[in-house]
Amino acid sequence: MSRYVLPLGGLAVLVVFLFFGLHREPSAIPSPLIGKPAPQFALPSVGDPARQVTNATYRGRMYVLNVWGTWCVGCREEHTALLAISRTNVVPVVGLNWKDDRPLAIQWLNELGNPYVECGFDADGRVAIDWGVYGAPETFLIDANGVVIHKHIAPLTEEIWQRDFLPRIRAAGGSPQ
Amino acid sequence: MIPELGHFALILALCLAIAQSVFGLIGAYRRQPEWMAVARPAVAGQFVFVALAFGCLAASFVANDFSVSYVALNSNSALPTFYRVAAVWGAHEGSLLLWILVLATWSLAVAALSRSLPDTFIARVLGVLGVISTGFMTFTLATSNPFTRLLPPALDGNDLNPLLQDFALAVHPPILYTGYVGFAVAFSFACAAMLEGRLDQAWARWTRPWTIVAWMFLTIGIALGSWWAYYELGWGGWWFWDPVENASFMPWLAGTALIHSLAVTEKRGLFRSWTLLLAIFAFSLSLLGTFLVRSGVLISVHAFATDPARGVFVLTFLTMCIGGALSLYAWRAPKLGSSAGFELWSRESFLLFNNVLLVIAAALILLGTLYPLFIDGLDLGKISVGPPYFRAVFLVPMLPLLALAGVGMHASWKRARLGGLKRPLLVGLVVAFALALASALWFFGRVTVLATVGLTAGLWIIYSALREPISRLRKRQSLSAAVLGMSIAHFGVGVFTIGVAGVEAYKIEKDVALRPGQSVNIAGYDFAFRELRNVEGPNYSAIEGEFEVTRNGLLVRVLQPQKRVYRVQTMPMTEAAITVGWTRDLFVALGDQLGNDAWSVRIQYKPLIRYVWLGALFMAFGGLVAATDRRYRSVRVTEPLPAGSTARDAA
Repeated sequence: MSRYVLPLGGLAVLVVFLFFGLHREPSAIPSPLIGKPAPQFALPSVGDPARQVTNATYRGRMYVLNVWGTWCVGCREEHTALLAISRTNVVPVVGLNWKDDRPLAIQWLNELGNPYVECGFDADGRVAIDWGVYGAPETFLIDANGVVIHKHIAPLTEEIWQRDFLPRIRAAGGSPQ
Repeated sequence: MIPELGHFALILALCLAIAQSVFGLIGAYRRQPEWMAVARPAVAGQFVFVALAFGCLAASFVANDFSVSYVALNSNSALPTFYRVAAVWGAHEGSLLLWILVLATWSLAVAALSRSLPDTFIARVLGVLGVISTGFMTFTLATSNPFTRLLPPALDGNDLNPLLQDFALAVHPPILYTGYVGFAVAFSFACAAMLEGRLDQAWARWTRPWTIVAWMFLTIGIALGSWWAYYELGWGGWWFWDPVENASFMPWLAGTALIHSLAVTEKRGLFRSWTLLLAIFAFSLSLLGTFLVRSGVLISVHAFATDPARGVFVLTFLTMCIGGALSLYAWRAPKLGSSAGFELWSRESFLLFNNVLLVIAAALILLGTLYPLFIDGLDLGKISVGPPYFRAVFLVPMLPLLALAGVGMHASWKRARLGGLKRPLLVGLVVAFALALASALWFFGRVTVLATVGLTAGLWIIYSALREPISRLRKRQSLSAAVLGMSIAHFGVGVFTIGVAGVEAYKIEKDVALRPGQSVNIAGYDFAFRELRNVEGPNYSAIEGEFEVTRNGLLVRVLQPQKRVYRVQTMPMTEAAITVGWTRDLFVALGDQLGNDAWSVRIQYKPLIRYVWLGALFMAFGGLVAATDRRYRSVRVTEPLPAGSTARDAA
C-alpha cells in the first residue's frame, strides 16, 4: 500500500530542495578580489579626456565602482536605481565606462542623468581585466582601506542596494547614519 | 496596437482555458453533457487566441517594433527576417508563448481526433490539459509578459544572441517543445483514466499513438540540439551532459520507457500502475526541465533568466500538477491488480527489464543533474558534476539494455519461446562480433574494448531488427505498421550505437598553433593553412581562415572556418568548418590569435559521427511509422475490455 505513496514522498523531498535552491545564487562565484586590495587605475575621464580619474583619489574613503557601457541593456535597467542611490550621498559612486564609444557615453549621461561623481573611460578594457569584470553591469564596494568588500553582478536595484550594500557600508563605518 | 492586441488575445485565451478545465472536469464529475460540451469549443477558441497572440508577437519582430521591450532585447534591424521570426522564441518570454502555443495545438488535435472516445473521459482529458494551459498562461501574464512596452522606445534592438542565429537552433525549440509538451497528452490521459477509474487496455491503446508522436518529436528535437552544439559551439562534441540537455533527455528516457510499457498494458493488460506512473513521470520531467531552465537554479550555457519570482511560480505550479497526479495515483493505483502472469523469458519480462533500465538511467541522470543543488542546499559546498560521471553512469544501464533489445524483439508474449530464433540470434551475435573486430582493425588499426562492444551491439541489433521484416517480406506476409515501425526504430538504435562507439573510441582532437603557410597531419589528412582574410556578414564581421585538406596528395576539401564578431552584442563566435562524410567528419575551428600571425587551431577527426544523428532520425521515423498503425484509428469503445484478456499476438 505504502509503495503507492512513495512517488509523492520523493516529489516532496525534491520540491524542498528546489525551493531552497531558488534562493541561492548558482552563479555567485565569490570574486577572488574580495578581501584583497582593489587594483589601482588611472584613466581619462569620459567627459574630458584631459582629466584623469583614479581611485587613488578615494584613499581613506569608501566608494562604489560601477562598470557600465551604453551597449549594455542591464546598465540601462539599473540606471534609475543608480541615480537614486547616488542622490542619497551615502558613498561616492565612481563609474567605469567599459569598452564604449565616447560620444555615445556622453550622450547617455546627458540624456539619462549622471549618477557618477566621476567616470573613467576604459576603451580597451584593461582596467576591467584587472578587476576581473566578465560582464556589465558589475558593481564593487571598496572600503576606506582600499579593500574590495563586495561585488554585485547583474543590474542593481534599490532592494539589492539595501540588502547587500548598506549593511556592509554600515558595518565598515562608512555611513553617515 | 498590435502588441496590445496580442496581450488581449492571450488574456482571452486564459479565460477560455479556465472554462475548458472547469467545465471539462466538473462537467465530467457531475456527468452533465451540457457542461462537458463546452470543453471542445473552448479548446478551439483557446487555440485561435493563442495563435493570434503568437502571431502578434511575431509581427512585432518582423516589423522591428522596438517599443516592445522583448523585441528590443532580442532583435535588431540588421537581423535577417528568418531569424527575426525565430527570435520570437529566442529568450524566456517568447519561449513560454511558444510552449503555450504548442500545448494549444496538441489540445486542439486531441479535441479533434477523439470523437470515438467516451464523453466523460475526453472531457476530463481536455480539463486536465486546460489546467496545465491555465498555469502556463498565468505564469506568462503575471511574470513574463512578452508584450510589455518600452518607454521610450529603443532606437535599435540589442540583437538576438549570436549563438541562436543558426538554422538548427531556430527550428530546435519548436520541435523539442512539441515533444516535451506532447507528453502532457499522455499525462492528461493518465489523470483522466485515474479520475474515471478506468484503466483498461483501451486506455493504453488511446494513449499510445499520442505518446509515440510526442516521443518522435522529442527525439528529433534532441538530435537537432546535439547537431547544433557540434558545429556551433566550436568544441566538436555532440553531447555535453549540460543540465539543459539533461532536462530534455530525462523525459526522453521516461517517454521511451512509457511507450514500451504501454505496449504491455495494451496487449496484455499488465503493468497498469507502472504505466500510469511512467506517464506521470514523463511529463513531470518535462515540467522539471522547464523549471530548471527557467528558474536559474542550475547554471548552464542555456539558462535564460535568473529570476526567483519566476522560479517560485513554476515550482508551485509543478508541485500542484505533479503532486495532484501522484496523489491520484496513490489513491487509485492500489486497486489495480494485475491478474495475468508471464514466464521469465517472455516478451513481458524483456519489456519490464527495458523499463527498469531506462528508469534507472533517467534516475541516475536526474541525480547527477540535481546533485550540485543538493550539496549546495545542505551547505556542503559548491560542486559540479561533469561528463565523466554521466558517461560512466549511463553506460551501466545502457549496455544490458542493448543486449535485451536484440533478443526482446523476438520474444513472444506470455510464454518463454523464441520461436526457433535462438540459433540465428546467436550466430548473428558471433558474426557481429567478428565484423566489429574486423572493421575496427581495418579502418582504425586498433581495437578497444568499448569500441568492440559498441560496434558488436550495434551490428547485432541491426541484424535482429531487420530479421523479422525481411523474412515476412520474403514469405510475402503482411507487415503491420506497428511491427515495421518497431523494426525501424530499433534499427536506428543500432545505427546510433555504432556511431557513438566509433566516434568515442576513435576520434582524434588536436589543438595546434598554425601560421598561414604551415600545415599539420592528423589521421592521414594534411591540413594546410593557406591564408586569412576579412569577411563581412549582414550583422557580423569575421576573420576567415582557409585550410586545404588533402589525403595522399589528393584534395579532399577546402575548409573555411570563421571567427565572427557580431556587431551589436560584440560577442566573438566560432564558426567551425566541417566536411561531412559517411565514414568520418573533419572539423576545423579557429581558436585565438596567438600573436605574430599564429592562430590556435582546433582540428578534429570524427569517425562515424553522422551515425549518431542518423540513428536518432531512424528512431524517430520508426515512431512515425508505428503511430500510423491501423488499430489506432479505432472504432468507438464503450465497454472496457476485461482485464487480462489476450489481445492479438502482434507488436
